[in-house]
Amino acid sequence: MRTQQTQQPDPAGDHPLLRVRDLDVEFDTSKGIATAVSGMNFTVQRGEALGILGESGSGKSVTARAVMGILDMPPAKVPRGEILLEGEDLLTISAKRHRELVGSRVSMVFQDALTALNPVHPVGRQIGELYRVHRGYSRKDAKAAAIDMMDRVRIPAAASRVNDYPHQFSGGMRQRIVIAMALALDPVLLIADEPTTALDVTVQAQILELLKEQQVERNMGLILITHDISVVKEVTDQVAVMYAGRIVEHGATDEVLNHPGHPYTQGLRASVAGEELKGQRLPAIPGTPPDLLRLPDGCSFANRCPFVTDECLEQVPPLESVGAGRQSACFHTEEVLDHVTA
Amino acid sequence: MLGYTIRRIGQMIPVVIGATFLIYALTFLMPGDPIAALTGARPLPESTVAQIRQAYHLDDPFLVQYGNYMWGLLHGNFGIDFFGRPVLGLILERLPTTFALALTAWVLKLVIGLAIGVYGGLRHGRAGDHFALVFTVVFLGVPGFVIALGAQTVFGVQLGWVNPAGISAGWPMAFILPALVMAFEAAAGLARLTRTSLVGVLRSEYMRTARAKGLSPRRVIWGHALRNAMIPVVTYLGLSLAGMLGGAVIIEAIFNIPGIGGLMVTSINNKEGTIVVGIATMLVLVYLFFNLLVDLLYGVIDPRVRV
Ligand SMILES: Nc1ncnc2c1ncn2[C@@H]1O[C@H](COP(=O)(O)OP(=O)(O)OP(=O)(O)O)[C@@H](O)[C@H]1O
Ligand code: SF4
Ligand SMILES: [Mg+2]
Repeated sequence: MRTQQTQQPDPAGDHPLLRVRDLDVEFDTSKGIATAVSGMNFTVQRGEALGILGESGSGKSVTARAVMGILDMPPAKVPRGEILLEGEDLLTISAKRHRELVGSRVSMVFQDALTALNPVHPVGRQIGELYRVHRGYSRKDAKAAAIDMMDRVRIPAAASRVNDYPHQFSGGMRQRIVIAMALALDPVLLIADEPTTALDVTVQAQILELLKEQQVERNMGLILITHDISVVKEVTDQVAVMYAGRIVEHGATDEVLNHPGHPYTQGLRASVAGEELKGQRLPAIPGTPPDLLRLPDGCSFANRCPFVTDECLEQVPPLESVGAGRQSACFHTEEVLDHVTA
Repeated sequence: MLGYTIRRIGQMIPVVIGATFLIYALTFLMPGDPIAALTGARPLPESTVAQIRQAYHLDDPFLVQYGNYMWGLLHGNFGIDFFGRPVLGLILERLPTTFALALTAWVLKLVIGLAIGVYGGLRHGRAGDHFALVFTVVFLGVPGFVIALGAQTVFGVQLGWVNPAGISAGWPMAFILPALVMAFEAAAGLARLTRTSLVGVLRSEYMRTARAKGLSPRRVIWGHALRNAMIPVVTYLGLSLAGMLGGAVIIEAIFNIPGIGGLMVTSINNKEGTIVVGIATMLVLVYLFFNLLVDLLYGVIDPRVRV
């Protein structure tokens, strides 16, 4: 059963929890300007889980970092767009206000907990730091709060492990610590960038369960970035499929994955038709994505697309509504939707 | 921690044996006759020479001499020189001066090197970083004695800010110029290492995490970056303190400072093997001591190597 809260207005005002509007992110490289993200538009409501799906290099992490404001600038730059968190544009607010919001209202879980944690500080201190900096807790109170958090993400014997260092934990436990850090200040929005990729399959399920449970319990917005279609199916309400820096399809997860309106989504789905591929990285669709330094004039997917026509090569297909709450960026969506897949 | 310390000390024993053996062998092979050097133009009677040679075991085979020396060393006995003075006393008498010079230089180097390295690291790729690079290249490229002689001439002789030589002015005035010369020389390497290490740390994922926690830039740098960046630097710093003692030997000669450097030079000229070996052995021991200190400190800074 899935909770559909997409259309509910925000009780605190009429702002959605997160609205990303016309976002572009470019990288200044020695070979020229790489357009890693272009024309991103999406919203996340309270209590809603949005999956971002796409193959490697499609711009998922760059999008997440842009929202968190942790891109390295330079080389990155954000020439265009708005990132509205409860109506406040994270791109234009003061640095001070940004620091108040990031880490507390919106927070992030990283792919590799081992490198995401500072190796020279005890985990309790890394969690407690949030309480000290954002809430002015004393050292002692911060530590107690850190232990509470560790308990909450079910780290066994939290009180006795609070002074341990990251390398003393298993991969799964480390990721729980990163999650504890992200949830410490009760964020309204949590971004998880491939939170289970670095973990064993059995541990992956536990971490996902924990994330989902915490999201529902706290009515948080969740952005879950992944390669894994089965994860998107299990956890998310909405899905945005990314290709070469653009959203190519967007809508309710069930509908998009069961009846794709974009040839790329269809390709992804067809290649994971069997359950045996559960937990695997996105399967290869023949061909390679375009060079971000020289994006084609037409559709980025044209060189791999079975539906390609001349029209596709001339201009970029816009992301357009193709039914209730669904969008697709393809000139031949109707055809794709009608196409019966295995 | 205690067990680890003891183990580390145990590991030092073969190092001490190997190092003293090498030094001893090199001194043994030093050309020239120590007794001839001692008496100069007026040769001693045959019988006296034989007596001296016997008293100092000069005619024993090399390994026996070395064995005797080590046996003495084990009892804290560094031997006696040709005038019957205990070598240990000679060294200890001059060691404080050398330590004062080396430590002053080391502290100055620490401040200069870390400041330039951290500055360059934080501004990497920008103008400040390029300035820091020029500094390090100049000081890494120009030989130390050139800088020493230059500084001596300019600040000591021409400007007259400090005495160009000797230690009559006492600490710190007599030490400041030689120590600064040593410090700048050594700071270049430290600055480089610090910069590289810091740039690496700034690119790491946990720095991203720190920013994602909404920490202020100051807290990100001081709380999360610097300590990690210091991990390779600490090793280098500890070893360089011992290295500074070696560097002091040369600087002492240029600035006429009566430390063990001066003693070493005189002893080599006089073929006083026991003193040369004594000093070298002492330096090896000091070096190993700092090495141990560094290892223990390393564990404090980097929990991953803690035992
Ligand atoms: N610092 C950078 N400098 C230049 N280009 C970058 C930089 N960071 C990311 N990019 C480019 O942005 C594109 C998108 O990268 P991103 O990390 O968002 O991909 P992703 O979808 O998260 O892929 P993955 O699934 O492998 O994590 C990549 O093609 C990459 O080349
Ligand atoms: S626009 Fe054309 S090339 Fe692009 S996905 Fe649709 S059919 Fe394929
Ligand atoms: Mg990524």
